[in-house]
Amino acid sequence: MALPAAPVAEPQTNILPPGREGNTALRWIKENLFSSLFDTLLTIISVLFVFYVLRLALDWVFNLAQWEVITANINILMKGSYPGDQVWRIWLGLYLLGAVVGINLRAWNRELNRSTVVIAAIPLILALLPFASANARINLIIIQVTIAAAYLLTSVVGDKRRRRIATVMSILYIPAFILLLEGFTDDDGVMPLVKSDLWGGLLLSVLLAAVGIIFSLPLGIILALGRRSRQPAISALCITYIEVLRGVPLISILFMGNIMLQLFMPPSLPPIDRVVRVMVAITLFTAAYMAEIVRGGLQAIPKGQYDAAYALGYSSLKSMRIIILPQALRIVIPVIVSQFIGLLLDTTLVALVGLYDLLGIGQAILSNPNWLGRSQEVYVFIGLIYWILATSMAFASQRLEKTLGVGRNYDESQ
Amino acid sequence: MNRNSAAAHKEDPIIICRDVQKWFGNFHALKGISMEVMPQEVIVIFGPSGSGKSTFIRTINRLEEHQSGQIIVDGIELTHDVRNIERVRMETGMVFQQFNLFPHLTVMQNITYAPMYNRKWHRREAEKVAMELLERVGIPEQAQKYPAQLSGGQQQRVAIARALAMQPKIMLFDEPTSALDPEMIKEVLDVMIELAQSGMTMIVITHEMGFARAVADRLFFFDEGLVVESGTPDELFNAPKEERSKQFLAQILSH
Repeated sequence: MALPAAPVAEPQTNILPPGREGNTALRWIKENLFSSLFDTLLTIISVLFVFYVLRLALDWVFNLAQWEVITANINILMKGSYPGDQVWRIWLGLYLLGAVVGINLRAWNRELNRSTVVIAAIPLILALLPFASANARINLIIIQVTIAAAYLLTSVVGDKRRRRIATVMSILYIPAFILLLEGFTDDDGVMPLVKSDLWGGLLLSVLLAAVGIIFSLPLGIILALGRRSRQPAISALCITYIEVLRGVPLISILFMGNIMLQLFMPPSLPPIDRVVRVMVAITLFTAAYMAEIVRGGLQAIPKGQYDAAYALGYSSLKSMRIIILPQALRIVIPVIVSQFIGLLLDTTLVALVGLYDLLGIGQAILSNPNWLGRSQEVYVFIGLIYWILATSMAFASQRLEKTLGVGRNYDESQ
Repeated sequence: MNRNSAAAHKEDPIIICRDVQKWFGNFHALKGISMEVMPQEVIVIFGPSGSGKSTFIRTINRLEEHQSGQIIVDGIELTHDVRNIERVRMETGMVFQQFNLFPHLTVMQNITYAPMYNRKWHRREAEKVAMELLERVGIPEQAQKYPAQLSGGQQQRVAIARALAMQPKIMLFDEPTSALDPEMIKEVLDVMIELAQSGMTMIVITHEMGFARAVADRLFFFDEGLVVESGTPDELFNAPKEERSKQFLAQILSH
């Protein structure tokens, strides 16, 4: 019953693999779960175990846990002690983020596909979550509208122009957002100064991770190229930097940045903002690892690629930028992203130098006698947020690999 | 028959190599190679592996640096002064045994990027030239594909088009057909023969003696870092003087 019957004289142009009979789902279950006595036993035990754990977990989530600790503190978990009457600045920053995302989606994707839509619809999904307040829902919907508006509005400009706008906006976004949060020194202005000591919660965690991610990669690339430099002074400098930073735990660099740095600074200068110090420490630390990851990618590029680029008259800088680095970075995307995920999770260490990131806020809430004994709820909630963030990054990385992986594999249809 | 002799009277050599020597560590790879190539001349270099032929043509666009002797390409002497090296490389196209196409770029981008970035051409101009070159090498329909989607012969033809897009005065071929399946060798050789007949100055390392007989002006036999014997195809194929050349030619012509 396997092959379609064909007259012998006619050569078959389209031979199909053997077909399968019956219900494929049932067949799959039989083949994979009940193929032998041992398999059957294993399946039954696993099902019972999963059912048991799931029942306990669901029972806890819906009956035992008291989620008031989260709903009552949702604002502080999200933004720390950022003053309530200034929260509009955070939202404004997120509208801007929506605009940047919208333009970038339009600029770098040829057409909308399912995963782009999922990424673009995150605000809408968040607005539908049970925790969200009415105010948050309205703002999230505005962000959603900004994404759509930016996407549609930039459709009128040309392809090249749009990419340029998208790049410039992405580069300017983080400094602009920090400026927006920080405000200015005059107290009666529209945007009074909000000291970074008051920033906290998810806002601070994401901000630290975002700054670390955006600045550590270019710095890491420069360090990796420096390490391979033929100038002995440059390569020695880069090797020293990389090996020193990799030889020290992040927490000690955070302490260094936080306490020691002030001692070395001339007292005449104003002290550097604490959050900025931590951002610098995280970036410098991650850059050392990035440098080694990028170097790994560079080593995977065959020498023939350099030969071909040089033979065509590319200078060494141009051949690096146009030919070698794009290939090298593509190879190490999975490693870079797992480093970024590690960075996001490592930002929890800043609680130890006195910043209130998401985890720090959680601990602060738990030290309030009103919420005594609610640690399970708080930690599960925080864990869930980190898990969602980390998983979305992993998902985005897979998507990126797929878009950029073109040409790497032999196309069978050819 | 020999275009060289006619050209020699009115033009100077485009490549001059005098006593070129090269060491890899203690290994003496080139032991003093001298060669002059006239414009529009087609030179074929052959010899056993490890004889230095590949190293030699790589010194002509300075992918390898020579340590003594003199190399002058298109009037520019190759020295440690790095400033003029890209200009020399733009005038010298090179085709490699392993194609070395850029896998992350489409065929069109492989061809157009070098003139766009290095000669500052406008994209539309570069793409027009690229399409003409793809027509010339017979694969205009592959322009939007990635190298991995092409056969070896097609990749090598793209590599030739990519080198020609820079409008070089000289083309260097480093065993261009050695990595190809037999049925694809002809399609690449046909392109090279057409190129030779169009008047391109070429230095070709190959053991395709049919190609050498058809278009080469002079042949150079390399062994152990030296030119053992050189001459016209007739001279080398019919009456090789040196014992070593006789042996080698007997081996490669026997099948």
